Amino acid sequence: MKNVIVDRRAVLKTAGLAGGAAAFASYLPAWAHDATGLTPPMESVSGEEIALKLAHATFGLNGKAGHALTVNGTMPGPIIRLKEGQSVRLAVTNALAEDSSIHWHGILLPFNMDGVPGISFPGIKPGQTYNYDFKVQQAGTYWYHSHSNMQDAMGMFGAIIVDPAKPDPVRYDREHVIILSDWGAMHPHAMLKKLKIEGAYFNRQKQTLAGLTKGKDQSLSDRLMWGAMRMDPTDISDVSAPAYTYLINGHDSAANWTGLFTKGERIRLRIINASSMSNFNVRIPSLPMTVVQADGIDIRPVEVDEFQIGIAETYDVIVMPPAEQAYGFIAEAINRSGLCRATLAPRLGMVASVPPLRERPLLGMKDMGMGMGDMAGMDHGSMAGMDHSMMSHGDMKMDHGAMNMKMRDPSVAPQVKMGPGVATLSPEAEDRSGDRPTGLEKLDHRVLTYRQLVALEPNADSRVPSRELDIHLTANMERYMWSFDGVKFSDRAEPLSFRQNERVRVNLINHTMMPHPIHMHGHFFELVNGNPGNQPSKHTVNVLPGGKISFDLTADALGDWAFHCHMLFHMHTGMFRVVTVRKEDDQA
Amino acid sequence: MMILLMLAAAAVAEQDAPPAPPATEIGNTPAPAPPEDHAADALFDPAEMARAREILRKENGGLISRSVMFNLAEYQARARSDGYRWEGAARFGGDLQKLVIKSEGEGELGGALEDAEVQLLYSLAIAPYFDLQAGVRYDIKPNPSRTYVVVGIEGIAPFWFDVDAQLFLSNKGDVLARLEGYYDQRITQRLIAQPRAELNLAAQDVRENGIGSGFSDLELGLRVRYEIKPEFAPYIGVEWVRQFGDTARFARAASEDASVTNFIVGVHFWF
Repeated sequence: MKNVIVDRRAVLKTAGLAGGAAAFASYLPAWAHDATGLTPPMESVSGEEIALKLAHATFGLNGKAGHALTVNGTMPGPIIRLKEGQSVRLAVTNALAEDSSIHWHGILLPFNMDGVPGISFPGIKPGQTYNYDFKVQQAGTYWYHSHSNMQDAMGMFGAIIVDPAKPDPVRYDREHVIILSDWGAMHPHAMLKKLKIEGAYFNRQKQTLAGLTKGKDQSLSDRLMWGAMRMDPTDISDVSAPAYTYLINGHDSAANWTGLFTKGERIRLRIINASSMSNFNVRIPSLPMTVVQADGIDIRPVEVDEFQIGIAETYDVIVMPPAEQAYGFIAEAINRSGLCRATLAPRLGMVASVPPLRERPLLGMKDMGMGMGDMAGMDHGSMAGMDHSMMSHGDMKMDHGAMNMKMRDPSVAPQVKMGPGVATLSPEAEDRSGDRPTGLEKLDHRVLTYRQLVALEPNADSRVPSRELDIHLTANMERYMWSFDGVKFSDRAEPLSFRQNERVRVNLINHTMMPHPIHMHGHFFELVNGNPGNQPSKHTVNVLPGGKISFDLTADALGDWAFHCHMLFHMHTGMFRVVTVRKEDDQA
Repeated sequence: MMILLMLAAAAVAEQDAPPAPPATEIGNTPAPAPPEDHAADALFDPAEMARAREILRKENGGLISRSVMFNLAEYQARARSDGYRWEGAARFGGDLQKLVIKSEGEGELGGALEDAEVQLLYSLAIAPYFDLQAGVRYDIKPNPSRTYVVVGIEGIAPFWFDVDAQLFLSNKGDVLARLEGYYDQRITQRLIAQPRAELNLAAQDVRENGIGSGFSDLELGLRVRYEIKPEFAPYIGVEWVRQFGDTARFARAASEDASVTNFIVGVHFWF
């Protein structure tokens, strides 16, 4: 057994080098502190027996102390480094005063090792140790986090890196793990309570009268039209800066986590979004990124300037810095309320500039699920950004009453249980796998879309699905209720049931104006994104507002599994289901 | 020409295309029935699993919340004697069903409490933006005090108007109604103007309480608050109250003004 013991003196010394943040240095793992020089791999826990301890810590940031929950004393926890084909025992000890758990996100394993209390196992009681035993069947970048009581929102997460048994198709000279997170001094339960009282509590970027007089944001007629529907085009993220400080490997922009490189090297960045409520736009100004892996699965390399990463997704990119200079790695919250800067540099102590926040985007008609199919001659990429003024005349003009009716017509989704928890239904939800994600529609550089993800290996299961399953993503933002098919999990929602090995086309239809990163446990599913035979396999898919995403699932993992939105507050308010996979004979 | 191009494109596509699945339609096999069992019960103590399942259920949608919100808590500079006024509500419950306590009232500074009422209501969400509320109202002041049965609708109307309409039936058989609405107009991210209107109606005169039948009174106010944080926003404002018909007559008989303009300083707060 090999465990990292953080040497505080060493940590403090390097903290000085990294340019500050010594106050909380002791709660960062050594690997996250800064690059460990020129000798990869980074510090991590590995081997066949790994012990992890879940405990409390006080975490200080910008002079504010916060209560963090940590794995092996640090936030993020240690990198768990495994080898494809090995067996591992992860002995997780709960030193908290409440039940806890660890879920291995994206790792294929028996259901009782998946770590969801109430589905996989009873949870880990205070003082207890649970042994997670499984054989590692895959390679790639994954992560782990608590699946109890929103503990992951307080720091209980870390990276899992599995090295392939065969030679890695991705060639690289050096790698850095980059974990994005959102840190709030406010307890996640307190945040959720505020959202229940006032759904827009954390939004400090609303449209204002002052903005209107300056010609900013929507025109008066658009504001009236949206107001008539009680819709807010600035409602992009439920929680924002300043309530959140965005972190990279546990560092804010000032602490400036730095990853080293030597000019000419191919550097692999393993990027994990471990946030509780924040999707990020990721870019490295003046350095293109070649995406080589999504959710741990190799894809055909695709070069981009920016991509959006939903919560719980992972992307591996290759960068080749052409100059001996500092490059800023920028993770910007998608509502542009804040960002975090890290640095890639040839030496420690170099600082890349922090770019100013870009203008907060506005949602458009497409995000309401108003299909654009009838607007001939319009390119969808540029359309989604949306020139609102054009909505106010011609055919699109309709009286407010009719618009309200159209936005909640039960016939578009007959299986949805209509009630106060369903405020809107997208009248014409379209497949948005080819769209740029929220807020990136109009940028004049290359932005990754799901359609560009093509699996490197051909798909193993070429069967045509034997059935289709629609799952509707439903909400009432004002009441802060989130659900699937209009039914919160707490209302004793029925499980989503599958026969073992059946092939099912699942359609996720977003009736809300927010993107939802939907995660299925125990399985990878293949995005139906226009690349038949090489559809990318993912464990989490970000469904754009008012849109639709389809995936093909081979339900090959027997047992019970969780299925939920990875926006933790959406999950915690009801957007959650149990998935069951049974042998045909066992079915009732 | 077109056909040639298409054939060529098809040929290229065939060359480059990965092995495609047979081009047949997605089937319509019915979904299996949800199983009765829980997989983990075979491996762990079923009682332990049942306990964990119940926690999971409550943790994913079963949140109970509580709040106290005072839209108005203010000092009023009046033409005669200055006074104070409050209007607030406490809520407790789940997403759809809540227990609501509403209270409002006013008084003379350093003098007597003029009006004070408390309502205890059961609130049921009946539409995405509206709650049906029913319960009792008790007037502590004026004297003689009354008890009423209350039925009302509260919610958010199109264009984000907060509205509350209530019908009251007193233990003396009097029927009253009240319509209230306000709108929060954000001037900047922190500065908010709140125009507010309240209309009281009565089916009959209630002479001992100074209420005349028909439109009893109308109140129009404008308050501008500054959100130090959303939960705490001091405000200034002005309100104009006009009594009509018999209500105005009763007021004049009691040597009160039937129409007043008050200047206001207060705090909008919640927790």
